[in-house]
Amino acid sequence: MKRASTESSKATASGERFVDALRVDGNAAAGILSEVFVQDLTGARARCRGCGTTRDVGALLVYAHGMGTVVRCPGCDNVMLRIAGTPTHVWLDASGATSIMITRRID
Amino acid sequence: MNRVDTPQRIVWRLATVVDVVPETARTRTIVFDVPEWPGHRAGQHVDVRLTSADGYQAERSYSIASPPEDSRLALTVEKLEDGEVSPYLSDDLRAGDQIELRGPIGGYFVWDVSLPGPLLLVAGGSGIVPLMAMLRHRDVALERAGALARHQVPTRLLYSSRKWDEVIYRDELARLAEKDATVEVTHTLTREQSPEWTGFRRRIDRAMLEQVAWPASERPRVFVCGPTPLVESVAGTLVDLGHEPERVKTERFGPTGGSA
Repeated sequence: MKRASTESSKATASGERFVDALRVDGNAAAGILSEVFVQDLTGARARCRGCGTTRDVGALLVYAHGMGTVVRCPGCDNVMLRIAGTPTHVWLDASGATSIMITRRID
Repeated sequence: MNRVDTPQRIVWRLATVVDVVPETARTRTIVFDVPEWPGHRAGQHVDVRLTSADGYQAERSYSIASPPEDSRLALTVEKLEDGEVSPYLSDDLRAGDQIELRGPIGGYFVWDVSLPGPLLLVAGGSGIVPLMAMLRHRDVALERAGALARHQVPTRLLYSSRKWDEVIYRDELARLAEKDATVEVTHTLTREQSPEWTGFRRRIDRAMLEQVAWPASERPRVFVCGPTPLVESVAGTLVDLGHEPERVKTERFGPTGGSA
């Protein structure tokens, strides 16, 4: 998990190292995801279609830029979520995640 | 029968600046009044949205610096030289001004005193902000608690900054550590140190973590926040040292996460 991301940050190409530095956590996608999901998603568990590993959404790797937000599995780098926002729409492709489990908050 | 809590949608709210407090040469804390603020947990952040006269909007995320116990919301903002939003927040915003914000956001990178066990906080530059919310919450929540309660959540902060006068919340951290024996603060200055400085003089590395952090067998809860390269290096090293990956929570600020 963390091992994969630290290995890629030691890449020799300086271009790759720049992209690595842009990487952030699942928290960074929480804002736009709050327009799709009512529950905060960073504490939810998501299963990767690429490698089958289940993790907290907060622990996934996020690459955000003007075109949108890409959420990747830290283990196998598979794209799990893609999110894009325009003034009139929020677009979500969650096909890279086989399931998302959210814990109900119970009083 | 248990009642299922109905989650609240996070909505954009108009927040009014009530105070601006300089912290260091490049950072300041902005205190907001946010009507009907639903409350938050230490570690969460807000999204701030600025709209210019021609309708152009810019959004940025800022960690909440104030503890949940405060009625007002405080954000500590670092001015980035070529930033789009931070110069406005750092230089121009003043009491009475209003901005849009939404939150609180994030249920992953959060801590409160009900979570027992040792707490290890590692910060690089402005990464100290959400960790300071945790420390402030801890201080307020344990204020009237006895020594036993404090010893149940022993806390260590390892804080990397470039120089001493860039250390955010410097005096408050010193006061916290001084009055509470269960809080330890360790600084490392990576770029410039006075000759009298007896602390660490380099970036956080494995040897420093071995010296400062609890051993993995103590199973501390760990929160690492700051520029992405620092966060990944520290998190990776802690996992190499045996800490469980799910107990090492990270908040990467990206490449411009400030000093260290």
